[in-house]
Amino acid sequence: MRAANVILEALKREGVDTIFGFPGGVLLPLYDALYDSDINHILARHEQGAGHAADGYARASGKVGVCLATSGPGATNLVTAIANAYMDSVPVVAITGQVSRHLIGLDSFQEADVTGITLPIVKHSYLVKDAGTLPRIIREAFYIAGTGRPGPVVIDIPVDVTKEDIDFDPEVLPAMQLPGYKPTLKGHPKQIKEAARLIAAAERPVIYAGGGVIISGASEELRELAFYGHIPVTTTLTGKGCFPEDHHLSMGMLGMHGTQYANYAVSKADLIIAVGVRFDDRVTGNLTTFAPEARFIHIDLDPAEISKNVAVDVPIVGDAKRVLAALLVEVKKLELSADRHLPWMEQVEAWKRDHPLVIRESESGEIMPEAAVRTIWQVTKGEAVVCTEVGQNQMWAAQHYLSRQPRRFISSGGLGTMGFGFPAAIGAQVALPDALVVDIAGDGSFQMTVQELATAVQYRLPVKVCILNNQYLGMVRQWQELFWNKRYSETCIECQPDFVKLAEAYGAEGYRAVRPEELEEVLRTAFATDKPAVIDIRIKREANVFPMIPAGGSVHDMMEREP
Amino acid sequence: MKHTLSVLVENKPGVLTRVAGLFARRGFNIDSLVVAETENQAVSRMTITVDEQDQPLEQVTKQLHKLINVLKITDLDPAGSVERELLLIKVKADAVSRSAIMQIVEIFRAKIVDVSPEVLIIEMTGAREKVSAFMELMAPFGVVELMRTGRMAMSRGRRAT
Repeated sequence: MRAANVILEALKREGVDTIFGFPGGVLLPLYDALYDSDINHILARHEQGAGHAADGYARASGKVGVCLATSGPGATNLVTAIANAYMDSVPVVAITGQVSRHLIGLDSFQEADVTGITLPIVKHSYLVKDAGTLPRIIREAFYIAGTGRPGPVVIDIPVDVTKEDIDFDPEVLPAMQLPGYKPTLKGHPKQIKEAARLIAAAERPVIYAGGGVIISGASEELRELAFYGHIPVTTTLTGKGCFPEDHHLSMGMLGMHGTQYANYAVSKADLIIAVGVRFDDRVTGNLTTFAPEARFIHIDLDPAEISKNVAVDVPIVGDAKRVLAALLVEVKKLELSADRHLPWMEQVEAWKRDHPLVIRESESGEIMPEAAVRTIWQVTKGEAVVCTEVGQNQMWAAQHYLSRQPRRFISSGGLGTMGFGFPAAIGAQVALPDALVVDIAGDGSFQMTVQELATAVQYRLPVKVCILNNQYLGMVRQWQELFWNKRYSETCIECQPDFVKLAEAYGAEGYRAVRPEELEEVLRTAFATDKPAVIDIRIKREANVFPMIPAGGSVHDMMEREP
Repeated sequence: MKHTLSVLVENKPGVLTRVAGLFARRGFNIDSLVVAETENQAVSRMTITVDEQDQPLEQVTKQLHKLINVLKITDLDPAGSVERELLLIKVKADAVSRSAIMQIVEIFRAKIVDVSPEVLIIEMTGAREKVSAFMELMAPFGVVELMRTGRMAMSRGRRAT
């Protein structure tokens, strides 16, 4: 069989039904094979869009996302998307075309050392030099991307390799050759017992849960542990949805723009049960003052995360789902009473009551961003798949769009990639065709990948882009206001397209909401159409995200509201 | 304190780049590095010397372990292992100084491997300190050039490194 066809057959064997890609010279044999294939190909309008769509598809579905780009500029355009998937541990297989083997290293047309360029941002990568290894490499790539701590895997394939004829039997699985890859899934029983003992003894426990819980599919186990132990839960941005945020034990998100009560609780806790998190600087701020009174249990699949930033007392390396299930068994043996830490629960309740997230009323007849997000939440009944861009829009979305389920809040956490949300929403819509997918966007971010409107229109993907439009690069402007004497250097982007007309020009629908009273109706109309829609929501221009702990600060430095 | 990590890796193209790249991007410094095939052609051994004061050794080994091509990492304790470096040194040697040099060579159990009218090439192996001591004694004669491999190390006793 021709190697190009083998690639597609091997992808199908891995359960791939959709590829996000963009063709090019060295991909001609592969795209020719695709012409007759039943694999669904979504043609992005820029390779970065294809990469983020594969990422969004993976996050929404839990499956491995696949993107495809040509050699040289095609592949370098994927770099941001690969880095994004790497930082948030998203399983993506990125296939890149490469120049013919005899042209490699000669600065040939559209040649770039893609495995070299992507080396620091991949879980693993392959440059295929022998067509016969393709079936094994594709199998290994999916296995590596999707197991353990997931991450992107690059397969760089020279064009002449794809033209070769090789033996291929779809029934015969090639043996993987991965002697150095064995993720530890089962937690150490002694450590789990010790963790249970600490939980039983804790007077002020807090669960700090992250993206690892969602990746592991451990939401149910996490919920059970929290319910049984009456332990309040705070999540990271990527952990949003692993615990229902409308439950009374939920404290929402912690960290720089987290809720005050979550940050207070962490700062006073005597035990932090950290699950699938990496003590990121946007969560901890100043490490020396982070949870100063707490002992730490840290459950994570990646041993390198244990004690990387914070020295932990009980490390448990393993898959969150299995470890939490085992931990629950041990905790139940200790028969915790519901009222064993009543004063702590009352304290948490008091913090919630006294320092709630504020949805400010509009004073000037302008739409307030928090109110806009809350309206989106109400209109969608909290059931939309929400993607976000990066910046203020992302933080307002994280604070005010309460998530109830895993894989329904998709945001670029680690890399903080502007332009991620819209193509990710396209990927999520492909994964979940019946879901209402909303991208909560900023006007700056949306313009970075706006060309994907053509993709959404072409494939009838009714993604709804809600632009919280303040005509600023808002988060940077906020920092300039607060820390740089209001010198708004290059953050004012009043020169922008008419987003309604722009949407219409692409064949999507465009809407605009300027006054608070018209927002709900506009949203309802836009969400009801079966077309992609852009909703230009004009918000109060200089609204800021609060609360805020300045970078490297501690809970004592928290700004509750506008100074 | 210097630590010697003995790292078994798959003998595949690009593995050295992956290891070196990991050290660079995580901000770890490599003091010395020796790479060669082992008795098994499919496996290479990298002997990496790092300074523990510069970086937490635990993070280095954990991050190394995450590389798919890394098979095994042993942190060799100096007391429990035999360490060697190889030195090639070209020293000025005229009729007057030659015998003095040869005496030192003998004391250090080094070897003269090339003789010409004005210079000698000397080969010596030994632990890092011994190699350094020898170099110091050669300095007054006039060192034309010097090459030193990184540190190799093998654990003592029956167990394989």
